[in-house]
Amino acid sequence: MSIPLLDIKALTVEFGTRRGVVDAVRQVSVTVAKGETVGIVGESGSGKSVTSYAVMRILDRAGRIAGGSIVFGGINVGKADERTMRDLRGREMSMIFQNPRAALNPIRSVGRQIEDVLIEHSLATRADAREKAIDVLKAVRINDPESRYHAYPFELSGGMCQRVVIAIALACRPQLLIADEPTTGLDVTTQKAVMDLIRELTAERNMSTLLITHDLGLAAAYCDRIVVMEKGRVVEEADTATLFADPQHPYTRRLLQATPRLDSKVADLLPEEDSRRRTPSARPPGEALLRIQDLVKVFPGKDKGDEYRAVDGLSFEVRCGESLGLVGESGCGKSTTSSMIMRLLDPTSGSIQFNGEDIGAVPGKRFAGHPARAGLQMVFQDPTDSLNPRWSARRSISDPLMRLGNVRGSALRAKVEALAEMVGLPEHLLDRFPHQLSGGQKARVGIARAIALEPKLLILDEPTAALDVSVQAVVLNLLVELRERLGMSYLFISHDLNVVRLLCERVLVMKAGRIVEQGPAEQLLDSPEHPYTRELLAAIPHPPAGMVPSPIRGEPQAMVR
Amino acid sequence: MVRVPKRLRLVGYRLLQAIPVLIGIVVVSFLLTRALPGDPAVYFAGPAASEESIEQIRVSMGLDRSLPVQFFAYVGDLLRGELGQSISTGQPVLTELTTRLPASLELTGFALLFSIAVAMPLGILAATRPNSWIDHLCRFVVTAGVSLPTFFTGLALVYLFYFLLGWSPAPMGRLDILYLSPPHVTGFYVIDALIDGDFETARAALAQLILPAVTLGLFTLAPIARMTRAAMLQVLEGDFIRTARAAGLSGHKVLYTYALRNAILPVITTLGMVFSFALGANVLVEKVFAWPGIGSYAVEALVVSDYAAVQGFVLSMALLFVILNLLIDVTYTLVDPRLGMED
Repeated sequence: MSIPLLDIKALTVEFGTRRGVVDAVRQVSVTVAKGETVGIVGESGSGKSVTSYAVMRILDRAGRIAGGSIVFGGINVGKADERTMRDLRGREMSMIFQNPRAALNPIRSVGRQIEDVLIEHSLATRADAREKAIDVLKAVRINDPESRYHAYPFELSGGMCQRVVIAIALACRPQLLIADEPTTGLDVTTQKAVMDLIRELTAERNMSTLLITHDLGLAAAYCDRIVVMEKGRVVEEADTATLFADPQHPYTRRLLQATPRLDSKVADLLPEEDSRRRTPSARPPGEALLRIQDLVKVFPGKDKGDEYRAVDGLSFEVRCGESLGLVGESGCGKSTTSSMIMRLLDPTSGSIQFNGEDIGAVPGKRFAGHPARAGLQMVFQDPTDSLNPRWSARRSISDPLMRLGNVRGSALRAKVEALAEMVGLPEHLLDRFPHQLSGGQKARVGIARAIALEPKLLILDEPTAALDVSVQAVVLNLLVELRERLGMSYLFISHDLNVVRLLCERVLVMKAGRIVEQGPAEQLLDSPEHPYTRELLAAIPHPPAGMVPSPIRGEPQAMVR
Repeated sequence: MVRVPKRLRLVGYRLLQAIPVLIGIVVVSFLLTRALPGDPAVYFAGPAASEESIEQIRVSMGLDRSLPVQFFAYVGDLLRGELGQSISTGQPVLTELTTRLPASLELTGFALLFSIAVAMPLGILAATRPNSWIDHLCRFVVTAGVSLPTFFTGLALVYLFYFLLGWSPAPMGRLDILYLSPPHVTGFYVIDALIDGDFETARAALAQLILPAVTLGLFTLAPIARMTRAAMLQVLEGDFIRTARAAGLSGHKVLYTYALRNAILPVITTLGMVFSFALGANVLVEKVFAWPGIGSYAVEALVVSDYAAVQGFVLSMALLFVILNLLIDVTYTLVDPRLGMED
């Protein structure tokens, strides 16, 4: 084998914290050959991002390379001076990040930001920078690059922003691209477009790519080789095909198991011996609990006649005990719909009937005190941002009980503890604040708060989108269990058909404020009728079938990709 | 292109918004001055005046008429550009304001330039090197700046630089009596003297200006340095700074073109607040340095219920605030493209 382009040997990275020095990365070795795409897969806290920052030498002030070596194209990155590093960054190796909108300077036009890089690395002069920047925008397939050159990040969609970030990273034709969760937070179809673009451009230029992701499915679809990291260490490394066919390390197996596949059931996501496994039992659908009819929401535009119909004549029902999935990409109107059901937004027209009562007629401002309010609760997407940072978990869970349930004193205490037990939150964590809890624990607090008043309908707005797959597996099983115990109905809102399918019997697919397809979840996934549903399904990256613990273990490699 | 008229429209819209504010100020300043304790007629008549002569003066000043009548007379005068006569100095209020306002503006402006020149680099350095000696220095200067009262710093500076070292001229107003004031163009002595080509006078005016300006500047330095440090710290944490570093941009470019331009927005707001606050509230500095500014004028007028002068002061300050806020808004739209999009 020839000399690899990037050779990380026994890398250790330390962080100085208030409680002393912490090793974020321990003895990690990874190589990337010329033209190769390597994935580093791991959950939060695995040290995968820190490894990549160490390669670029853009660690935070507190971080320090404490041991090992990083050699890139013959240069020892760990020992190189800052000047050499500045020449390497952007010119020879570059990086793209999660959350593309925040990764761009908000008050500088995207064209200028690309020019900055070109000029910095002497690939353009003031005279021809603009022309070259437009060429770079063309290379990342941005339509109408001449006018996009003047755009600011806030004027572009998330996917478009990521293209600009890629344009900045690839402007100087580097040899190595490090992509740190490049598509987290993007819609599945946008994710596919962005990843395909990266693959195409890197293949065209014979570049090497280091893809850092928590999503095994994504890594499977785009990487030649995968390195699995856990708690700062590499636990397994193999060709993509080998890894999926025959994972060695228990952690890899757990991770593989927790990643939803096309055919997995919600219980499959947890190991067989796990007592938290649940299987949703089919129950006869009851009466209509929530009935939406001809719901319309129009947002006024800047000029007259320039209005925006976010929700355009939506009608559906959620029956008692049923779980209904509402699937669509960002901007399809699914969040506007949930806001209207929660009566945070007033609909332009149409009716919302909940439990036989027309709650759509109650002004949104007064709905907080309405008797029906307790029957409707919501679990939000971001477990951190949806909790008051100055409230302990106990206080957060108590809040609805005190406000709407009028529970006080020792009864309140007992109720909160019972709820915590129900969602699997250890009692000693109740007095902690959100920043002292993990993502999964915060999600549990959010769920406990939502079920505190024993609502009839729970609106779940991408409740697991911000969680690691193994935590997602536990939370999804918990939701199945709670539904059965409390007899709730769910309205599950997500952009990920695959996750929705695990929990819901029936699915609606929404596009541009309208329902384009609806039906039983299995049927919709097996034989989608509408081209948009097919597009959504095709965009989801899956780990190849044929892995532990399914019976087809050890099948030929043809199963892969 | 499209962006320019949009921003122009925004500016025009902001100008229109100022109109109701001004009307409100005219009404409120009129009512507030009437609510002041004390009778201007009594003051004007002098200590030995009889009841009748006071009454006579009251009639001649129009104070015997009802409030609405007085108000409309006042508004009528305003529309004709008349602010009335000051009863304590006997001068037209407009003349007084046009000589005193530039004095205050010159002092405050110079003080602010001084404090920006010190506070912003200090704040930036402190933000880029948290917990270094420069950060501690920043903290010390900020604390000292706000905790030392201006009259104390003023007197201390006068004692040191005039009395002990003799470097600075006597703290007696805007220009040493040896010099003639330069021909009036802007009302700022330093600038007017420079326009006139009289460098000697300009130097003398500047010499008079330095100590009071530094005194005021030391006080205004604190909020600016604090805000710069905080805003820079926050922006430097941002994802786009990491992107810029990962793209290999030089430290200079990252710090100034990327970080500072984003951090400057809250600093501009603070500057506007500090400026308007310092302009009206630097009475102590004006008193210590016998500076013929607008602050001391207003306080003297207030003490003797000099209605016309107080109203003139309030009105001119309000106008200034409106203009200043407009300037801040316009700067904002120039710096931040996101603002031009809202209507």
